[in-house]
Amino acid sequence: MSGGDEAGRLVRPFALTGGRTRPSRADFTLITTVTTVDPPPERAARPQPEHARILRLCARPVAVAELAARLDLPVSVVVIMLCDLLEAGLITARPPRPVTATGDLDLDLLQKVRDGLGRI
Amino acid sequence: MAGSDPTDGTVAAPDTVKILIAGGFGVGKTTMVGSVSEIAPLRTEEPLTVAGLDIDDLKGIEEKRSTTVALDFGRITIADDLVLYLFGTPGQQRFWFMWNDLAIGALGAVVLVDVRRPESSFAAIDFFERRSIPFVVGVNGFHGLHPYPAEEIRESLALPADVPVLLCDARERESCRDVLIALIDRLIADVEPRPSPAR
Repeated sequence: MSGGDEAGRLVRPFALTGGRTRPSRADFTLITTVTTVDPPPERAARPQPEHARILRLCARPVAVAELAARLDLPVSVVVIMLCDLLEAGLITARPPRPVTATGDLDLDLLQKVRDGLGRI
Repeated sequence: MAGSDPTDGTVAAPDTVKILIAGGFGVGKTTMVGSVSEIAPLRTEEPLTVAGLDIDDLKGIEEKRSTTVALDFGRITIADDLVLYLFGTPGQQRFWFMWNDLAIGALGAVVLVDVRRPESSFAAIDFFERRSIPFVVGVNGFHGLHPYPAEEIRESLALPADVPVLLCDARERESCRDVLIALIDRLIADVEPRPSPAR
Protein backbone atom coordinates (compact mmCIF):
# COMPACT_ATOMS: atom_id res chain seq x y z
CA MET A 1 0.00 0.00 0.00
CA SER A 2 1.20 3.48 -0.72
CA GLY A 3 1.12 5.94 2.15
CA GLY A 4 0.76 3.35 4.84
CA ASP A 5 1.33 3.76 8.54
CA GLU A 6 4.30 6.09 8.26
CA ALA A 7 2.38 8.78 6.44
CA GLY A 8 -0.68 8.13 8.58
CA ARG A 9 1.28 8.86 11.72
CA LEU A 10 2.11 12.31 10.41
CA VAL A 11 -1.18 13.30 8.94
CA ARG A 12 -3.49 12.10 11.68
CA PRO A 13 -2.17 14.37 14.47
CA PHE A 14 -2.84 17.47 12.41
CA ALA A 15 -6.40 16.33 11.84
CA LEU A 16 -6.76 17.08 15.55
CA THR A 17 -5.79 20.69 14.93
CA GLY A 18 -8.05 21.24 11.94
CA GLY A 19 -5.01 21.18 9.66
CA ARG A 20 -3.26 24.02 11.47
CA THR A 21 0.47 23.57 11.89
CA ARG A 22 1.17 26.80 13.75
CA PRO A 23 0.06 27.79 17.24
CA SER A 24 -2.09 30.91 17.56
CA ARG A 25 0.00 32.19 20.44
CA ALA A 26 3.43 31.69 21.94
CA ASP A 27 2.56 30.84 25.53
CA PHE A 28 3.85 27.29 25.44
CA THR A 29 7.46 26.19 25.80
CA LEU A 30 8.50 22.58 26.47
CA ILE A 31 8.48 23.21 30.22
CA THR A 32 5.49 25.52 30.48
CA THR A 33 3.18 23.91 33.04
CA VAL A 34 -0.44 23.37 32.10
CA THR A 35 -3.22 22.98 34.65
CA THR A 36 -6.90 22.34 34.04
CA VAL A 37 -9.13 25.04 35.47
CA ASP A 38 -11.42 23.52 38.09
CA PRO A 39 -14.31 24.08 37.99
CA PRO A 40 -14.43 24.81 34.26
CA PRO A 41 -15.81 28.21 33.28
CA GLU A 42 -19.57 28.35 32.86
CA ARG A 43 -20.77 28.22 29.29
CA ALA A 44 -17.65 26.31 28.24
CA ALA A 45 -18.36 24.29 25.12
CA ARG A 46 -18.19 20.53 25.50
CA PRO A 47 -14.55 19.72 24.63
CA GLN A 48 -13.63 17.40 21.77
CA PRO A 49 -12.32 13.98 22.83
CA GLU A 50 -8.61 14.85 22.47
CA HIS A 51 -9.16 18.13 24.30
CA ALA A 52 -11.04 16.28 27.04
CA ARG A 53 -8.10 13.91 27.32
CA ILE A 54 -5.73 16.82 27.85
CA LEU A 55 -8.03 18.28 30.50
CA ARG A 56 -8.03 14.97 32.37
CA LEU A 57 -4.24 14.65 32.20
CA CYS A 58 -3.77 18.22 33.44
CA ALA A 59 -5.95 17.92 36.54
CA ARG A 60 -2.55 18.13 38.22
CA PRO A 61 0.02 20.45 36.63
CA VAL A 62 1.89 18.87 33.70
CA ALA A 63 4.70 20.29 31.57
CA VAL A 64 4.01 20.53 27.83
CA ALA A 65 6.76 18.05 26.91
CA GLU A 66 5.41 15.53 29.39
CA LEU A 67 1.89 16.01 28.12
CA ALA A 68 3.02 15.40 24.53
CA ALA A 69 4.83 12.23 25.56
CA ARG A 70 1.81 10.91 27.46
CA LEU A 71 -0.51 11.71 24.56
CA ASP A 72 2.02 10.23 22.11
CA LEU A 73 1.61 13.32 19.93
CA PRO A 74 4.18 15.80 18.60
CA VAL A 75 4.72 18.85 20.82
CA SER A 76 3.73 21.09 17.91
CA VAL A 77 0.31 19.44 17.71
CA VAL A 78 -0.26 19.53 21.45
CA VAL A 79 0.64 23.23 21.59
CA ILE A 80 -2.00 24.09 19.00
CA MET A 81 -4.64 22.26 21.01
CA LEU A 82 -3.43 23.96 24.20
CA CYS A 83 -3.88 27.34 22.54
CA ASP A 84 -7.54 26.46 21.95
CA LEU A 85 -7.99 25.36 25.54
CA LEU A 86 -6.27 28.45 26.91
CA GLU A 87 -8.43 30.73 24.80
CA ALA A 88 -11.52 28.87 26.04
CA GLY A 89 -10.40 29.49 29.61
CA LEU A 90 -10.21 25.77 30.33
CA ILE A 91 -6.53 25.66 31.32
CA THR A 92 -3.93 27.92 32.87
CA ALA A 93 -0.35 28.07 31.59
CA ARG A 94 2.56 28.82 33.88
CA PRO A 95 5.72 29.89 32.04
CA PRO A 96 9.13 28.49 33.09
CA ARG A 97 10.96 30.15 35.94
CA PRO A 98 13.29 32.84 34.52
CA VAL A 99 16.84 31.73 35.26
CA THR A 100 18.21 35.25 35.48
CA ALA A 101 17.39 38.02 37.93
CA THR A 102 18.28 41.49 36.61
CA GLY A 103 20.81 40.09 34.18
CA ASP A 104 22.59 37.72 36.55
CA LEU A 105 21.69 34.13 37.16
CA ASP A 106 19.28 33.92 40.09
CA LEU A 107 21.43 32.80 43.02
CA ASP A 108 18.50 31.76 45.23
CA LEU A 109 17.20 29.56 42.45
CA LEU A 110 20.61 27.96 41.89
CA GLN A 111 21.04 27.27 45.59
CA LYS A 112 17.61 25.70 45.74
CA VAL A 113 18.40 23.43 42.76
CA ARG A 114 21.71 22.48 44.34
CA ASP A 115 20.08 21.61 47.66
CA GLY A 116 17.43 19.57 45.86
CA LEU A 117 20.01 17.64 43.84
CA GLY A 118 21.93 16.93 47.05
CA ARG A 119 18.90 15.10 48.38
CA ILE A 120 18.41 12.66 45.50
CA MET B 1 5.78 29.73 45.48
CA ALA B 2 3.49 29.09 42.59
CA GLY B 3 1.39 31.96 41.40
CA SER B 4 -2.24 32.75 41.92
CA ASP B 5 -4.85 30.72 40.12
CA PRO B 6 -8.19 31.92 38.93
CA THR B 7 -10.33 29.43 40.77
CA ASP B 8 -10.25 27.48 43.99
CA GLY B 9 -10.11 23.93 42.68
CA THR B 10 -7.24 24.57 40.26
CA VAL B 11 -4.02 23.00 41.49
CA ALA B 12 -1.10 25.44 41.85
CA ALA B 13 1.63 24.74 39.29
CA PRO B 14 5.30 24.50 40.29
CA ASP B 15 8.11 26.55 38.80
CA THR B 16 10.08 24.68 36.14
CA VAL B 17 13.71 24.91 35.02
CA LYS B 18 15.74 22.78 32.61
CA ILE B 19 19.23 21.47 32.01
CA LEU B 20 20.38 20.02 28.69
CA ILE B 21 22.28 16.76 28.39
CA ALA B 22 24.25 16.95 25.15
CA GLY B 23 26.97 15.03 23.36
CA GLY B 24 27.51 12.85 20.33
CA PHE B 25 25.19 10.13 19.11
CA GLY B 26 25.13 7.13 21.43
CA VAL B 27 27.26 8.71 24.11
CA GLY B 28 24.86 7.86 26.94
CA LYS B 29 22.60 10.92 27.13
CA THR B 30 19.35 9.02 27.59
CA THR B 31 21.07 6.65 30.01
CA MET B 32 22.10 9.64 32.12
CA VAL B 33 18.62 11.16 32.00
CA GLY B 34 17.18 7.83 33.12
CA SER B 35 19.69 7.43 35.95
CA VAL B 36 18.68 10.62 37.75
CA SER B 37 15.08 11.07 36.61
CA GLU B 38 12.30 10.20 39.05
CA ILE B 39 10.26 8.90 36.12
CA ALA B 40 11.28 6.53 33.33
CA PRO B 41 12.63 8.77 30.54
CA LEU B 42 9.86 10.05 28.33
CA ARG B 43 10.14 10.53 24.61
CA THR B 44 8.40 12.94 22.32
CA GLU B 45 8.81 12.89 18.58
CA GLU B 46 8.40 15.82 16.29
CA PRO B 47 7.78 15.49 12.55
CA LEU B 48 10.64 17.33 10.91
CA THR B 49 8.54 18.61 8.05
CA VAL B 50 6.59 20.68 10.53
CA ALA B 51 9.14 21.45 13.21
CA GLY B 52 12.04 22.26 10.99
CA LEU B 53 10.79 23.66 7.76
CA ASP B 54 8.71 26.64 6.88
CA ILE B 55 5.56 24.88 5.78
CA ASP B 56 2.26 26.58 6.31
CA ASP B 57 -0.02 23.83 5.18
CA LEU B 58 0.16 20.11 4.89
CA LYS B 59 -0.28 19.91 1.14
CA GLY B 60 1.73 17.03 -0.17
CA ILE B 61 2.81 15.85 3.25
CA GLU B 62 1.34 12.43 2.59
CA GLU B 63 4.04 11.90 -0.01
CA LYS B 64 6.93 12.66 2.31
CA ARG B 65 8.57 9.92 4.31
CA SER B 66 7.99 10.45 7.97
CA THR B 67 11.17 11.80 9.48
CA THR B 68 10.98 12.57 13.13
CA VAL B 69 13.39 13.97 15.64
CA ALA B 70 13.12 12.40 19.07
CA LEU B 71 13.64 14.16 22.35
CA ASP B 72 14.19 12.14 25.52
CA PHE B 73 13.69 13.80 28.84
CA GLY B 74 13.28 13.20 32.54
CA ARG B 75 12.19 15.02 35.65
CA ILE B 76 13.55 15.72 39.13
CA THR B 77 11.28 17.31 41.72
CA ILE B 78 13.57 19.74 43.54
CA ALA B 79 10.94 21.02 45.96
CA ASP B 80 7.15 21.20 46.17
CA ASP B 81 7.24 24.32 44.04
CA LEU B 82 10.23 23.63 41.76
CA VAL B 83 10.75 20.91 39.14
CA LEU B 84 13.91 20.36 37.09
CA TYR B 85 13.62 18.85 33.61
CA LEU B 86 16.55 17.17 31.89
CA PHE B 87 16.49 17.13 28.10
CA GLY B 88 18.73 14.83 26.12
CA THR B 89 19.52 16.77 22.96
CA PRO B 90 19.14 15.02 19.61
CA GLY B 91 22.54 13.54 18.83
CA GLN B 92 22.43 13.68 15.06
CA GLN B 93 24.07 16.79 13.70
CA ARG B 94 21.35 17.48 11.17
CA PHE B 95 18.82 18.03 13.95
CA TRP B 96 20.75 20.79 15.57
CA PHE B 97 18.30 23.47 14.68
CA MET B 98 16.27 22.10 17.56
CA TRP B 99 19.03 22.94 19.98
CA ASN B 100 18.48 26.67 19.79
CA ASP B 101 14.91 26.26 20.97
CA LEU B 102 16.00 23.82 23.61
CA ALA B 103 18.78 26.07 24.85
CA ILE B 104 16.54 29.09 25.43
CA GLY B 105 15.98 29.50 29.15
CA ALA B 106 18.16 26.55 30.16
CA LEU B 107 20.24 26.83 33.33
CA GLY B 108 23.14 25.21 31.50
CA ALA B 109 24.29 21.97 29.94
CA VAL B 110 26.17 18.77 30.55
CA VAL B 111 28.24 17.62 27.57
CA LEU B 112 28.79 13.90 27.79
CA VAL B 113 31.98 12.60 26.20
CA ASP B 114 32.61 8.99 25.23
CA VAL B 115 36.17 8.27 26.24
CA ARG B 116 36.61 6.00 23.20
CA ARG B 117 35.55 8.63 20.67
CA PRO B 118 35.68 12.11 22.21
CA GLU B 119 35.50 13.72 18.77
CA SER B 120 31.80 12.84 18.61
CA SER B 121 31.13 15.49 21.25
CA PHE B 122 33.31 18.27 19.76
CA ALA B 123 30.34 19.81 18.01
CA ALA B 124 28.29 19.94 21.22
CA ILE B 125 31.12 21.66 23.08
CA ASP B 126 31.45 24.12 20.22
CA PHE B 127 27.71 24.83 20.26
CA PHE B 128 27.65 25.86 23.94
CA GLU B 129 30.94 27.76 23.77
CA ARG B 130 29.73 29.86 20.84
CA ARG B 131 26.53 30.77 22.64
CA SER B 132 28.20 31.37 26.02
CA ILE B 133 25.94 28.77 27.61
CA PRO B 134 27.66 27.42 30.73
CA PHE B 135 28.44 23.71 30.64
CA VAL B 136 30.40 20.98 32.34
CA VAL B 137 31.92 17.94 30.65
CA GLY B 138 31.07 14.48 31.93
CA VAL B 139 33.39 11.78 30.65
CA ASN B 140 31.31 8.64 30.45
CA GLY B 141 33.61 5.67 31.00
CA PHE B 142 33.03 2.54 28.94
CA HIS B 143 31.69 0.01 31.46
CA GLY B 144 32.55 2.60 34.09
CA LEU B 145 36.29 2.38 33.33
CA HIS B 146 38.39 5.52 33.05
CA PRO B 147 41.73 4.95 31.36
CA TYR B 148 42.62 8.66 31.24
CA PRO B 149 42.70 11.25 34.03
CA ALA B 150 40.33 14.20 33.72
CA GLU B 151 43.12 16.68 33.05
CA GLU B 152 44.35 14.68 30.08
CA ILE B 153 40.87 14.72 28.60
CA ARG B 154 40.58 18.45 29.23
CA GLU B 155 43.75 18.96 27.20
CA SER B 156 42.66 16.74 24.38
CA LEU B 157 39.36 18.62 24.16
CA ALA B 158 41.14 22.01 24.42
CA LEU B 159 38.76 23.07 27.18
CA PRO B 160 39.32 26.29 29.10
CA ALA B 161 40.22 26.00 32.79
CA ASP B 162 36.81 27.17 33.99
CA VAL B 163 34.97 24.22 32.41
CA PRO B 164 34.80 21.42 34.97
CA VAL B 165 35.64 17.95 33.65
CA LEU B 166 34.27 15.03 35.63
CA LEU B 167 34.79 11.33 35.16
CA CYS B 168 31.40 9.71 35.47
CA ASP B 169 29.27 6.67 34.80
CA ALA B 170 26.01 7.51 33.07
CA ARG B 171 24.46 4.36 34.51
CA GLU B 172 25.00 5.46 38.12
CA ARG B 173 22.56 7.79 39.80
CA GLU B 174 25.06 9.31 42.27
CA SER B 175 27.63 9.81 39.55
CA CYS B 176 25.15 11.67 37.33
CA ARG B 177 23.88 13.70 40.25
CA ASP B 178 27.44 14.81 41.01
CA VAL B 179 27.87 15.99 37.42
CA LEU B 180 24.68 18.05 37.71
CA ILE B 181 25.81 19.50 41.03
CA ALA B 182 29.15 20.43 39.44
CA LEU B 183 27.22 22.38 36.80
CA ILE B 184 25.19 24.24 39.44
CA ASP B 185 28.36 24.94 41.44
CA ARG B 186 29.93 26.42 38.35
CA LEU B 187 26.89 28.63 37.81
CA ILE B 188 26.95 29.74 41.45
CA ALA B 189 30.68 30.51 41.21
CA ASP B 190 29.98 32.65 38.14
CA VAL B 191 27.46 34.74 40.07
CA GLU B 192 28.95 35.01 43.52
CA PRO B 193 32.02 37.22 42.97
CA ARG B 194 29.71 40.09 42.08
CA PRO B 195 27.27 41.60 44.57
CA SER B 196 23.78 40.57 43.57
CA PRO B 197 21.81 43.65 42.55
CA ALA B 198 18.56 41.76 43.05
CA ARG B 199 18.93 41.50 46.81
